Amino acid sequence: MNEIPGDLKFMKSHEWARVEDNGNVTVGISDHAQGLLGDLVYVELPSVGDEVKAGNACAVVESVKAASDVYAPVSGEVVAVNAALGDKPETINEDAYGEGWIFVVKPSNLAEDTEELLDPDAYAESIEDDEH
Amino acid sequence: MTQKTILNDAHRALGAKMVDFGGWDMPLNYGSQIEEHHAVRRDAGMFDVSHMTVVDLHGARTREFLRHLLANSVDKLKARGKALYSCMLNEQGGVIDDLIVYFLAEDFFRVVVNAATHDKDLAWIGKQAKAFDVKVAERADLAMIAVQGPNARAKAQSLLSPATREAAAKVGKFAAIEGDGLFIARTGYTGEDGYEIIVPEADAVALWNKLKDAGVAPAGLGARDTLRLEAGMNLYGQDMDEAITPWEAGLAWTVSLEPGRDFIGRAALEKQKDEGVPRALVGLVMDEKGVLRHGQRVATPQGDGEILSGTFSPTLGKAIAFARVPAGANAGVEVDIRGKLVPVRLVKYPFVRDGKACEGI
Repeated sequence: MNEIPGDLKFMKSHEWARVEDNGNVTVGISDHAQGLLGDLVYVELPSVGDEVKAGNACAVVESVKAASDVYAPVSGEVVAVNAALGDKPETINEDAYGEGWIFVVKPSNLAEDTEELLDPDAYAESIEDDEH
Repeated sequence: MTQKTILNDAHRALGAKMVDFGGWDMPLNYGSQIEEHHAVRRDAGMFDVSHMTVVDLHGARTREFLRHLLANSVDKLKARGKALYSCMLNEQGGVIDDLIVYFLAEDFFRVVVNAATHDKDLAWIGKQAKAFDVKVAERADLAMIAVQGPNARAKAQSLLSPATREAAAKVGKFAAIEGDGLFIARTGYTGEDGYEIIVPEADAVALWNKLKDAGVAPAGLGARDTLRLEAGMNLYGQDMDEAITPWEAGLAWTVSLEPGRDFIGRAALEKQKDEGVPRALVGLVMDEKGVLRHGQRVATPQGDGEILSGTFSPTLGKAIAFARVPAGANAGVEVDIRGKLVPVRLVKYPFVRDGKACEGI
Protein backbone atom coordinates (compact mmCIF):
# COMPACT_ATOMS: atom_id res chain seq x y z
CA MET A 1 0.00 0.00 0.00
CA ASN A 2 1.14 3.57 -0.65
CA GLU A 3 2.75 5.61 2.07
CA ILE A 4 0.14 7.72 3.87
CA PRO A 5 1.29 11.36 4.13
CA GLY A 6 1.80 12.26 7.78
CA ASP A 7 -0.10 15.56 7.67
CA LEU A 8 -3.46 13.91 6.90
CA LYS A 9 -6.33 13.07 9.22
CA PHE A 10 -8.83 10.36 8.38
CA MET A 11 -12.39 9.26 8.90
CA LYS A 12 -13.08 5.57 9.40
CA SER A 13 -15.19 5.84 6.23
CA HIS A 14 -11.92 6.53 4.32
CA GLU A 15 -12.06 10.30 3.72
CA TRP A 16 -8.86 12.25 4.34
CA ALA A 17 -8.57 15.87 5.50
CA ARG A 18 -5.58 18.17 5.35
CA VAL A 19 -5.51 21.49 7.22
CA GLU A 20 -3.80 23.93 4.86
CA ASP A 21 -1.64 26.90 5.92
CA ASN A 22 -4.59 29.26 5.40
CA GLY A 23 -6.74 27.23 7.77
CA ASN A 24 -8.92 25.68 5.06
CA VAL A 25 -9.38 21.91 4.92
CA THR A 26 -8.80 19.91 1.72
CA VAL A 27 -10.77 16.66 1.49
CA GLY A 28 -10.35 13.50 -0.56
CA ILE A 29 -10.68 9.73 -0.25
CA SER A 30 -7.83 7.47 0.82
CA ASP A 31 -5.68 5.39 -1.45
CA HIS A 32 -7.12 2.34 0.27
CA ALA A 33 -10.65 3.50 -0.58
CA GLN A 34 -9.89 4.05 -4.26
CA GLY A 35 -8.41 0.56 -4.33
CA LEU A 36 -11.59 -0.91 -2.89
CA LEU A 37 -13.79 0.97 -5.34
CA GLY A 38 -11.73 0.19 -8.43
CA ASP A 39 -11.71 2.35 -11.54
CA LEU A 40 -13.59 5.57 -10.82
CA VAL A 41 -15.84 6.82 -13.61
CA TYR A 42 -17.82 9.67 -12.09
CA VAL A 43 -17.56 12.14 -9.23
CA GLU A 44 -20.54 14.16 -8.07
CA LEU A 45 -19.05 17.28 -6.50
CA PRO A 46 -20.66 19.62 -3.96
CA SER A 47 -21.18 23.22 -5.06
CA VAL A 48 -18.99 26.07 -3.92
CA GLY A 49 -20.95 27.87 -1.22
CA ASP A 50 -22.62 24.69 0.13
CA GLU A 51 -22.66 24.42 3.91
CA VAL A 52 -21.50 20.94 4.92
CA LYS A 53 -21.75 19.26 8.30
CA ALA A 54 -19.13 16.89 9.68
CA GLY A 55 -20.26 13.30 9.15
CA ASN A 56 -22.83 14.14 6.46
CA ALA A 57 -22.62 12.96 2.85
CA CYS A 58 -21.69 15.79 0.50
CA ALA A 59 -20.17 14.15 -2.59
CA VAL A 60 -20.43 10.84 -4.43
CA VAL A 61 -17.68 8.82 -6.09
CA GLU A 62 -18.76 6.16 -8.53
CA SER A 63 -16.65 3.34 -9.84
CA VAL A 64 -17.71 0.80 -12.42
CA LYS A 65 -18.62 -1.36 -9.47
CA ALA A 66 -20.42 0.91 -7.01
CA ALA A 67 -21.48 4.38 -5.93
CA SER A 68 -20.11 5.56 -2.61
CA ASP A 69 -20.92 8.62 -0.53
CA VAL A 70 -18.13 10.94 0.55
CA TYR A 71 -18.66 12.33 4.05
CA ALA A 72 -17.45 15.72 5.21
CA PRO A 73 -14.69 15.31 7.83
CA VAL A 74 -15.34 18.83 9.15
CA SER A 75 -18.23 21.30 9.13
CA GLY A 76 -18.05 24.54 7.20
CA GLU A 77 -18.50 26.13 3.79
CA VAL A 78 -17.27 24.58 0.55
CA VAL A 79 -14.88 27.13 -0.97
CA ALA A 80 -13.40 25.07 -3.82
CA VAL A 81 -14.12 21.89 -5.74
CA ASN A 82 -11.82 19.90 -8.00
CA ALA A 83 -13.64 20.46 -11.29
CA ALA A 84 -10.91 18.56 -13.16
CA LEU A 85 -12.39 15.34 -11.76
CA GLY A 86 -15.40 15.90 -14.03
CA ASP A 87 -13.37 14.81 -17.04
CA LYS A 88 -10.76 12.74 -15.26
CA PRO A 89 -12.29 10.93 -12.27
CA GLU A 90 -9.49 8.36 -12.58
CA THR A 91 -7.16 11.00 -11.12
CA ILE A 92 -8.36 9.75 -7.73
CA ASN A 93 -7.14 6.25 -8.59
CA GLU A 94 -3.80 7.60 -9.69
CA ASP A 95 -3.10 10.17 -6.95
CA ALA A 96 -5.64 9.93 -4.13
CA TYR A 97 -3.69 12.19 -1.75
CA GLY A 98 -2.60 14.80 -4.29
CA GLU A 99 -4.25 15.70 -7.61
CA GLY A 100 -7.23 13.57 -6.63
CA TRP A 101 -8.48 15.97 -3.93
CA ILE A 102 -12.25 16.47 -4.10
CA PHE A 103 -13.21 19.71 -2.30
CA VAL A 104 -12.01 22.36 0.16
CA VAL A 105 -13.94 23.48 3.24
CA LYS A 106 -13.56 26.73 5.19
CA PRO A 107 -14.12 25.14 8.60
CA SER A 108 -16.47 26.53 11.21
CA ASN A 109 -15.62 24.23 14.09
CA LEU A 110 -12.15 22.95 13.26
CA ALA A 111 -10.68 22.15 16.67
CA GLU A 112 -13.61 20.04 17.78
CA ASP A 113 -14.16 18.33 14.43
CA THR A 114 -10.54 17.27 13.97
CA GLU A 115 -10.52 15.65 17.40
CA GLU A 116 -12.84 13.05 15.96
CA LEU A 117 -10.43 12.18 13.13
CA LEU A 118 -7.76 9.47 13.04
CA ASP A 119 -4.05 10.07 12.53
CA PRO A 120 -2.37 8.02 9.77
CA ASP A 121 -1.25 5.23 12.12
CA ALA A 122 -4.68 4.84 13.67
CA TYR A 123 -6.26 4.86 10.21
CA ALA A 124 -3.82 2.21 8.96
CA GLU A 125 -4.79 0.10 11.96
CA SER A 126 -8.50 0.53 11.30
CA ILE A 127 -7.97 -0.67 7.72
CA GLU A 128 -6.14 -3.73 8.99
CA ASP A 129 -8.95 -4.47 11.41
CA ASP A 130 -11.41 -4.30 8.50
CA GLU A 131 -9.42 -6.88 6.61
CA HIS A 132 -9.36 -9.41 9.45
CA MET B 1 -18.57 -23.49 1.22
CA THR B 2 -16.76 -21.51 -1.42
CA GLN B 3 -15.69 -23.46 -4.46
CA LYS B 4 -12.47 -22.84 -6.36
CA THR B 5 -11.65 -23.45 -9.99
CA ILE B 6 -8.42 -25.20 -10.92
CA LEU B 7 -7.04 -21.76 -11.88
CA ASN B 8 -7.58 -20.22 -8.43
CA ASP B 9 -3.88 -20.21 -7.53
CA ALA B 10 -3.03 -18.74 -10.93
CA HIS B 11 -5.43 -15.84 -10.32
CA ARG B 12 -3.98 -15.17 -6.89
CA ALA B 13 -0.42 -15.32 -8.23
CA LEU B 14 -1.44 -12.59 -10.71
CA GLY B 15 -2.65 -10.42 -7.83
CA ALA B 16 -6.35 -10.77 -8.64
CA LYS B 17 -8.94 -9.19 -6.42
CA MET B 18 -11.18 -12.16 -5.64
CA VAL B 19 -14.93 -12.11 -5.01
CA ASP B 20 -17.65 -14.62 -4.30
CA PHE B 21 -19.72 -15.30 -7.41
CA GLY B 22 -22.52 -17.83 -7.08
CA GLY B 23 -20.56 -19.71 -4.42
CA TRP B 24 -17.30 -19.58 -6.38
CA ASP B 25 -14.14 -17.68 -5.45
CA MET B 26 -13.51 -15.83 -8.71
CA PRO B 27 -11.28 -12.97 -9.93
CA LEU B 28 -13.09 -9.61 -10.12
CA ASN B 29 -10.08 -7.92 -11.69
CA TYR B 30 -6.30 -8.15 -11.82
CA GLY B 31 -5.78 -4.43 -11.16
CA SER B 32 -7.92 -2.37 -13.52
CA GLN B 33 -11.28 -3.58 -14.74
CA ILE B 34 -11.36 -0.88 -17.41
CA GLU B 35 -7.94 -1.80 -18.81
CA GLU B 36 -9.05 -5.43 -18.98
CA HIS B 37 -12.21 -4.36 -20.80
CA HIS B 38 -10.20 -2.40 -23.36
CA ALA B 39 -7.74 -5.30 -23.79
CA VAL B 40 -10.65 -7.48 -24.94
CA ARG B 41 -12.12 -4.80 -27.24
CA ARG B 42 -8.75 -3.90 -28.79
CA ASP B 43 -6.57 -7.01 -28.62
CA ALA B 44 -7.20 -10.22 -26.65
CA GLY B 45 -8.24 -11.11 -23.14
CA MET B 46 -9.10 -14.33 -21.33
CA PHE B 47 -11.55 -15.29 -18.62
CA ASP B 48 -11.61 -18.29 -16.35
CA VAL B 49 -15.17 -19.55 -16.78
CA SER B 50 -14.54 -22.96 -15.26
CA HIS B 51 -17.25 -22.25 -12.70
CA MET B 52 -19.82 -22.74 -15.47
CA THR B 53 -21.40 -26.16 -15.68
CA VAL B 54 -20.75 -28.49 -18.59
CA VAL B 55 -23.34 -31.23 -18.93
CA ASP B 56 -23.11 -34.04 -21.48
CA LEU B 57 -26.32 -35.67 -22.66
CA HIS B 58 -26.16 -39.17 -24.09
CA GLY B 59 -28.85 -41.38 -25.54
CA ALA B 60 -30.62 -42.22 -28.78
CA ARG B 61 -33.51 -39.87 -27.92
CA THR B 62 -31.36 -36.87 -26.90
CA ARG B 63 -32.55 -34.61 -29.73
CA GLU B 64 -36.16 -35.47 -28.97
CA PHE B 65 -35.49 -34.67 -25.30
CA LEU B 66 -34.03 -31.27 -26.17
CA ARG B 67 -37.01 -30.49 -28.41
CA HIS B 68 -39.07 -30.84 -25.25
CA LEU B 69 -36.66 -29.14 -22.83
CA LEU B 70 -35.67 -25.99 -24.75
CA ALA B 71 -37.62 -22.99 -26.02
CA ASN B 72 -35.36 -22.67 -29.03
CA SER B 73 -35.49 -25.41 -31.65
CA VAL B 74 -32.65 -27.88 -31.47
CA ASP B 75 -33.61 -28.87 -35.03
CA LYS B 76 -31.76 -25.74 -36.15
CA LEU B 77 -28.64 -27.77 -35.33
CA LYS B 78 -27.94 -29.76 -38.48
CA ALA B 79 -24.15 -29.88 -38.70
CA ARG B 80 -22.02 -31.53 -36.03
CA GLY B 81 -20.37 -29.01 -33.74
CA LYS B 82 -23.05 -26.34 -34.25
CA ALA B 83 -24.21 -24.44 -31.18
CA LEU B 84 -27.56 -22.91 -30.21
CA TYR B 85 -28.44 -20.38 -27.51
CA SER B 86 -31.71 -21.15 -25.73
CA CYS B 87 -33.75 -20.64 -22.62
CA MET B 88 -34.94 -23.55 -20.51
CA LEU B 89 -38.42 -22.68 -19.19
CA ASN B 90 -40.71 -23.87 -16.46
CA GLU B 91 -44.38 -24.67 -17.15
CA GLN B 92 -45.30 -21.02 -16.48
CA GLY B 93 -42.91 -19.85 -19.20
CA GLY B 94 -40.44 -18.44 -16.67
CA VAL B 95 -36.74 -18.79 -17.40
CA ILE B 96 -35.01 -21.50 -15.33
CA ASP B 97 -31.72 -20.71 -17.07
CA ASP B 98 -30.19 -19.68 -20.37
CA LEU B 99 -27.65 -22.00 -21.94
CA ILE B 100 -25.71 -23.05 -25.00
CA VAL B 101 -26.25 -26.50 -26.49
CA TYR B 102 -23.79 -28.14 -28.90
CA PHE B 103 -24.73 -30.90 -31.33
CA LEU B 104 -21.91 -33.42 -31.31
CA ALA B 105 -23.69 -36.60 -32.48
CA GLU B 106 -27.31 -37.75 -32.71
CA ASP B 107 -26.83 -39.51 -29.37
CA PHE B 108 -24.53 -36.88 -27.81
CA PHE B 109 -25.24 -33.20 -27.14
CA ARG B 110 -23.30 -30.94 -24.77
CA VAL B 111 -24.95 -28.21 -22.73
CA VAL B 112 -23.22 -25.35 -20.86
CA VAL B 113 -25.31 -23.72 -18.13
CA ASN B 114 -24.67 -21.01 -15.53
CA ALA B 115 -22.74 -21.53 -12.31
CA ALA B 116 -25.19 -19.97 -9.86
CA THR B 117 -28.04 -22.15 -11.19
CA HIS B 118 -26.05 -25.40 -11.12
CA ASP B 119 -28.14 -27.33 -8.60
CA LYS B 120 -31.60 -26.47 -9.89
CA ASP B 121 -30.53 -26.90 -13.52
CA LEU B 122 -29.16 -30.39 -12.95
CA ALA B 123 -32.24 -31.36 -10.94
CA TRP B 124 -34.57 -30.07 -13.67
CA ILE B 125 -32.64 -31.59 -16.57
CA GLY B 126 -32.32 -34.90 -14.72
CA LYS B 127 -36.03 -35.00 -13.95
CA GLN B 128 -37.08 -34.23 -17.52
CA ALA B 129 -34.50 -36.60 -19.05
CA LYS B 130 -35.92 -39.71 -17.41
CA ALA B 131 -38.86 -40.05 -19.78
CA PHE B 132 -36.45 -39.95 -22.73
CA ASP B 133 -33.90 -42.36 -21.33
CA VAL B 134 -31.21 -39.71 -21.68
CA LYS B 135 -28.12 -39.99 -19.50
CA VAL B 136 -27.13 -36.70 -17.86
CA ALA B 137 -23.44 -36.45 -17.01
CA GLU B 138 -21.98 -33.37 -15.36
CA ARG B 139 -18.39 -32.82 -16.48
CA ALA B 140 -16.78 -31.42 -13.34
CA ASP B 141 -13.47 -32.74 -14.71
CA LEU B 142 -13.44 -30.00 -17.33
CA ALA B 143 -12.26 -26.40 -17.00
CA MET B 144 -13.14 -23.60 -19.42
CA ILE B 145 -11.21 -20.56 -20.61
CA ALA B 146 -12.84 -17.90 -22.79
CA VAL B 147 -10.35 -16.13 -25.09
CA GLN B 148 -11.96 -13.04 -26.57
CA GLY B 149 -11.01 -10.05 -28.71
CA PRO B 150 -10.05 -9.14 -32.27
CA ASN B 151 -6.69 -10.93 -31.92
CA ALA B 152 -7.92 -13.74 -29.67
CA ARG B 153 -8.33 -16.41 -32.31
CA ALA B 154 -4.90 -15.84 -33.84
CA LYS B 155 -3.20 -15.91 -30.44
CA ALA B 156 -5.02 -19.05 -29.35
CA GLN B 157 -4.35 -20.76 -32.68
CA SER B 158 -0.61 -20.17 -32.26
CA LEU B 159 -0.62 -22.72 -29.43
CA LEU B 160 -2.29 -25.53 -31.38
CA SER B 161 -0.95 -28.45 -33.41
CA PRO B 162 -1.10 -27.85 -37.20
CA ALA B 163 -4.19 -30.04 -37.70
CA THR B 164 -6.14 -28.52 -34.81
CA ARG B 165 -5.02 -25.03 -35.78
CA GLU B 166 -6.41 -25.53 -39.27
CA ALA B 167 -9.73 -26.78 -37.90
CA ALA B 168 -9.94 -23.94 -35.35
CA ALA B 169 -9.15 -21.38 -38.05
CA LYS B 170 -11.95 -22.74 -40.23
CA VAL B 171 -14.68 -23.21 -37.65
CA GLY B 172 -17.62 -20.86 -38.21
CA LYS B 173 -19.25 -18.61 -35.65
CA PHE B 174 -21.32 -20.44 -33.05
CA ALA B 175 -19.75 -23.82 -33.75
CA ALA B 176 -17.10 -26.00 -32.14
CA ILE B 177 -14.32 -28.40 -33.11
CA GLU B 178 -12.25 -30.84 -31.09
CA GLY B 179 -8.49 -31.36 -31.21
CA ASP B 180 -5.38 -31.52 -29.02
CA GLY B 181 -7.67 -32.75 -26.24
CA LEU B 182 -9.55 -29.45 -26.35
CA PHE B 183 -13.13 -28.53 -27.21
CA ILE B 184 -12.82 -25.21 -29.05
CA ALA B 185 -16.03 -23.26 -29.61
CA ARG B 186 -16.26 -19.98 -31.50
CA THR B 187 -18.63 -18.50 -28.96
CA GLY B 188 -18.39 -15.88 -26.23
CA TYR B 189 -20.01 -13.33 -23.99
CA THR B 190 -18.26 -10.14 -25.01
CA GLY B 191 -19.44 -9.14 -28.49
CA GLU B 192 -15.98 -9.89 -29.85
CA ASP B 193 -14.74 -12.81 -31.89
CA GLY B 194 -12.91 -15.53 -30.00
CA TYR B 195 -13.12 -18.98 -28.54
CA GLU B 196 -14.46 -20.63 -25.46
CA ILE B 197 -12.07 -23.51 -24.84
CA ILE B 198 -13.10 -26.47 -22.73
CA VAL B 199 -10.01 -28.20 -21.39
CA PRO B 200 -9.39 -31.11 -18.98
CA GLU B 201 -8.64 -29.70 -15.53
CA ALA B 202 -5.20 -31.30 -15.53
CA ASP B 203 -4.20 -29.22 -18.57
CA ALA B 204 -5.98 -25.97 -17.70
CA VAL B 205 -3.19 -24.19 -15.82
CA ALA B 206 -0.67 -24.93 -18.58
CA LEU B 207 -3.11 -23.62 -21.22
CA TRP B 208 -3.78 -20.46 -19.17
CA ASN B 209 -0.05 -19.80 -18.84
CA LYS B 210 0.61 -20.43 -22.52
CA LEU B 211 -2.17 -18.05 -23.50
CA LYS B 212 -0.73 -15.45 -21.18
CA ASP B 213 2.73 -15.91 -22.74
CA ALA B 214 1.09 -15.51 -26.16
CA GLY B 215 -0.06 -12.03 -25.09
CA VAL B 216 -3.62 -12.73 -23.96
CA ALA B 217 -4.47 -10.48 -21.00
CA PRO B 218 -6.17 -12.07 -17.97
CA ALA B 219 -9.53 -10.37 -17.39
CA GLY B 220 -11.90 -10.67 -14.46
CA LEU B 221 -15.63 -10.93 -13.92
CA GLY B 222 -15.87 -7.13 -13.69
CA ALA B 223 -14.75 -6.68 -17.29
CA ARG B 224 -16.84 -9.68 -18.34
CA ASP B 225 -19.94 -7.89 -17.05
CA THR B 226 -19.27 -4.54 -18.78
CA LEU B 227 -18.35 -6.36 -22.01
CA ARG B 228 -21.48 -8.50 -22.09
CA LEU B 229 -23.77 -5.57 -21.32
CA GLU B 230 -22.17 -3.48 -24.08
CA ALA B 231 -22.72 -6.50 -26.33
CA GLY B 232 -26.41 -6.54 -25.37
CA MET B 233 -26.32 -9.95 -23.74
CA ASN B 234 -28.58 -10.92 -20.85
CA LEU B 235 -27.30 -12.02 -17.45
CA TYR B 236 -29.35 -14.70 -15.76
CA GLY B 237 -30.66 -13.69 -12.33
CA GLN B 238 -30.39 -10.01 -13.16
CA ASP B 239 -32.13 -9.59 -16.52
CA MET B 240 -34.42 -12.60 -16.26
CA ASP B 241 -35.40 -15.31 -13.82
CA GLU B 242 -38.14 -17.86 -13.20
CA ALA B 243 -40.82 -15.17 -12.87
CA ILE B 244 -39.98 -13.61 -16.25
CA THR B 245 -40.81 -14.97 -19.70
CA PRO B 246 -38.49 -14.61 -22.69
CA TRP B 247 -41.00 -12.11 -24.15
CA GLU B 248 -40.33 -9.79 -21.19
CA ALA B 249 -36.57 -10.35 -21.26
CA GLY B 250 -35.78 -9.33 -24.83
CA LEU B 251 -35.32 -12.99 -25.72
CA ALA B 252 -38.18 -13.50 -28.19
CA TRP B 253 -35.53 -14.17 -30.85
CA THR B 254 -34.57 -17.34 -28.98
CA VAL B 255 -38.08 -18.80 -28.87
CA SER B 256 -39.10 -21.05 -31.73
CA LEU B 257 -42.87 -21.52 -32.05
CA GLU B 258 -42.77 -23.84 -35.04
CA PRO B 259 -45.90 -26.00 -35.27
CA GLY B 260 -46.04 -29.38 -33.59
CA ARG B 261 -43.25 -29.00 -31.02
CA ASP B 262 -44.57 -29.13 -27.47
CA PHE B 263 -41.72 -27.68 -25.37
CA ILE B 264 -42.03 -26.96 -21.66
CA GLY B 265 -43.57 -23.51 -21.16
CA ARG B 266 -44.93 -23.20 -24.70
CA ALA B 267 -48.59 -23.00 -23.69
CA ALA B 268 -47.86 -20.24 -21.18
CA LEU B 269 -45.81 -18.29 -23.73
CA GLU B 270 -48.56 -18.53 -26.35
CA LYS B 271 -51.14 -17.42 -23.83
CA GLN B 272 -49.08 -14.40 -22.79
CA LYS B 273 -48.45 -13.51 -26.41
CA ASP B 274 -52.19 -13.63 -27.18
CA GLU B 275 -53.14 -11.60 -24.13
CA GLY B 276 -50.40 -9.04 -24.66
CA VAL B 277 -47.00 -8.93 -22.97
CA PRO B 278 -47.22 -6.34 -20.18
CA ARG B 279 -43.53 -5.41 -19.96
CA ALA B 280 -40.53 -5.19 -22.23
CA LEU B 281 -36.78 -5.17 -21.84
CA VAL B 282 -35.25 -2.06 -23.41
CA GLY B 283 -31.77 -0.65 -23.84
CA LEU B 284 -30.98 2.73 -22.26
CA VAL B 285 -28.18 5.22 -22.81
CA MET B 286 -27.62 8.17 -20.49
CA ASP B 287 -25.86 11.13 -22.11
CA GLU B 288 -25.47 12.99 -18.82
CA LYS B 289 -22.72 12.09 -16.38
CA GLY B 290 -23.38 9.40 -13.82
CA VAL B 291 -23.86 5.66 -13.74
CA LEU B 292 -27.01 3.59 -14.26
CA ARG B 293 -27.26 0.74 -11.76
CA HIS B 294 -29.35 -2.30 -10.97
CA GLY B 295 -32.49 -1.41 -9.01
CA GLN B 296 -32.83 2.25 -9.98
CA ARG B 297 -36.40 3.35 -10.73
CA VAL B 298 -37.24 4.12 -14.36
CA ALA B 299 -40.05 6.62 -14.84
CA THR B 300 -42.03 6.47 -18.10
CA PRO B 301 -45.35 8.00 -19.21
CA GLN B 302 -46.74 4.42 -19.14
CA GLY B 303 -45.65 3.81 -15.53
CA ASP B 304 -42.56 2.82 -13.60
CA GLY B 305 -39.98 0.23 -14.52
CA GLU B 306 -36.55 -0.58 -13.17
CA ILE B 307 -32.93 -0.93 -14.20
CA LEU B 308 -31.92 -4.59 -14.47
CA SER B 309 -28.28 -4.42 -15.53
CA GLY B 310 -26.65 -1.01 -15.51
CA THR B 311 -23.06 0.09 -15.78
CA PHE B 312 -20.60 2.61 -17.06
CA SER B 313 -19.62 1.57 -20.58
CA PRO B 314 -15.83 1.89 -20.93
CA THR B 315 -16.08 1.79 -24.73
CA LEU B 316 -18.74 4.52 -24.98
CA GLY B 317 -17.63 6.58 -21.98
CA LYS B 318 -21.22 6.85 -20.71
CA ALA B 319 -23.74 4.83 -18.76
CA ILE B 320 -25.80 2.09 -20.42
CA ALA B 321 -28.44 -0.25 -19.06
CA PHE B 322 -31.11 -2.83 -19.62
CA ALA B 323 -34.42 -1.87 -18.05
CA ARG B 324 -37.79 -3.56 -17.79
CA VAL B 325 -40.53 -1.04 -18.52
CA PRO B 326 -44.29 -1.14 -19.20
CA ALA B 327 -45.06 -2.14 -22.79
CA GLY B 328 -45.26 0.82 -25.14
CA ALA B 329 -42.85 3.07 -23.26
CA ASN B 330 -40.53 4.59 -25.81
CA ALA B 331 -40.09 8.29 -25.05
CA GLY B 332 -40.01 10.64 -22.09
CA VAL B 333 -38.07 8.11 -20.02
CA GLU B 334 -36.12 9.19 -16.93
CA VAL B 335 -34.11 7.35 -14.30
CA ASP B 336 -34.20 8.19 -10.61
CA ILE B 337 -30.60 8.61 -9.50
CA ARG B 338 -30.40 9.48 -5.81
CA GLY B 339 -33.70 11.31 -6.00
CA LYS B 340 -32.94 13.22 -9.18
CA LEU B 341 -34.74 12.33 -12.43
CA VAL B 342 -32.21 12.14 -15.25
CA PRO B 343 -33.35 11.77 -18.90
CA VAL B 344 -32.22 8.65 -20.78
CA ARG B 345 -32.59 7.52 -24.39
CA LEU B 346 -34.20 4.23 -25.39
CA VAL B 347 -31.98 2.56 -27.96
CA LYS B 348 -31.77 -0.61 -29.99
CA TYR B 349 -29.00 -2.77 -28.55
CA PRO B 350 -26.29 -4.19 -28.78
CA PHE B 351 -24.55 -1.03 -27.69
CA VAL B 352 -21.13 -2.18 -28.96
CA ARG B 353 -20.17 -4.84 -31.48
CA ASP B 354 -16.69 -5.78 -32.72
CA GLY B 355 -15.01 -2.94 -30.85
CA LYS B 356 -17.28 -0.14 -32.11
CA ALA B 357 -20.34 1.72 -30.91
CA CYS B 358 -23.44 0.53 -32.79
CA GLU B 359 -25.46 2.94 -34.92
CA GLY B 360 -27.76 5.20 -32.91
CA ILE B 361 -25.88 4.73 -29.62
